[in-house]
Amino acid sequence: MEFWRIPLDADEIQITRGIVHIIEDRCKGCGYCIEFCPKEILEFSTKFNQKGYHPPMVVKPDDCVNCHYCEIICPEFAIYSVEDTMNMEKAQG
Amino acid sequence: MTQTKKSSGHPLDGLLRLDRIPHIWCPGCGIGTAFSSCLIAMKTSGIDLQKTVMVSGIGCSGRGAGYVNLDSYHTTHGRAIPFATGMKLANPELNVVVFSGDGDLFAIGGNHFIHAARRNVDMTIICINNFNYGMTGGQVAPTTPYQAKTTTTPAGNPERPFNLPLLAYASGATYVSRWTILHTRDLMESIEEALKKRGFSFIEVLAPCPVNYGRRNREKALDSLKIYQERTIIKNDAHPTELDIDFDRGVILGKFIDLDQPTCTEMYDKTCRPKDLLYD
Repeated sequence: MEFWRIPLDADEIQITRGIVHIIEDRCKGCGYCIEFCPKEILEFSTKFNQKGYHPPMVVKPDDCVNCHYCEIICPEFAIYSVEDTMNMEKAQG
Repeated sequence: MTQTKKSSGHPLDGLLRLDRIPHIWCPGCGIGTAFSSCLIAMKTSGIDLQKTVMVSGIGCSGRGAGYVNLDSYHTTHGRAIPFATGMKLANPELNVVVFSGDGDLFAIGGNHFIHAARRNVDMTIICINNFNYGMTGGQVAPTTPYQAKTTTTPAGNPERPFNLPLLAYASGATYVSRWTILHTRDLMESIEEALKKRGFSFIEVLAPCPVNYGRRNREKALDSLKIYQERTIIKNDAHPTELDIDFDRGVILGKFIDLDQPTCTEMYDKTCRPKDLLYD
């Protein structure tokens, strides 16, 4: 993570990691999750789902910080993230 | 609940009637986001969901009651609040949530809204304001901003819209806030607070209607959200008279009113059922 000024406790802060799950057939392709993901880890995929929309796909899976924003803003209940307990990393200054 | 399980489906699946999902709301419609914020708030607030009911009127947002896996009621047009009032009076233990749209709550049901607020009936009103009558084809509504184009006002709306928080405050609501669907976390916290609040709580949620309102005003769904990001000002405790919706000047969001007043049931019991009058 890049900081303008490094917080004093940057070494101690643990950043949670998340795994994004996408229920592709519920997606209606509004693009909210892609546009508003704070880490910009999502992108439209080229494939179609059952209804003919392009669902999002995860392009940078390691960057997810499990903030659940995609989960709340998705109007279709089609995306959610769960904590990745195996891959907890310390913040890099 | 299901949060810790891995890949076991969406965490809100337990609160949804899955046989009815996907819902009918258009791609980019904000009602889905407001609905999911509402469900998350219900889940995290710790209220007894067995004693929580959701009431909706007619309109796009009126469908909300049909998708939630609680006791839910889809009532006639504009009558969600009187229905909910009746339910609350009959069974004061219930947590009553009214989830409906601006047309239902303020156009045909405006009268019921002001009287429920006056009586301070203990319920939570979530009003999805998408600035037009979305379900019937995008006609002008009492909340359509000045000079906005709709099906019935192709040259622009000549009228002033309602200032909903001011209306709620003036009628006696004890909790008033306004958020957009982009401010999902604030919205969720606000709904959570309102659910726990004793008294009439009103939350206005600004939501895009890309198919009917947005198309005629040259706004795609993402453009609407950009406008919510750029032309809104968060100002808690702002006076309700400042809260007119005018995106050129900036729309004020926040929690405006949080008062403690005796509720309808308490005042009724005190006046009409004093202890010495009870025969049991």
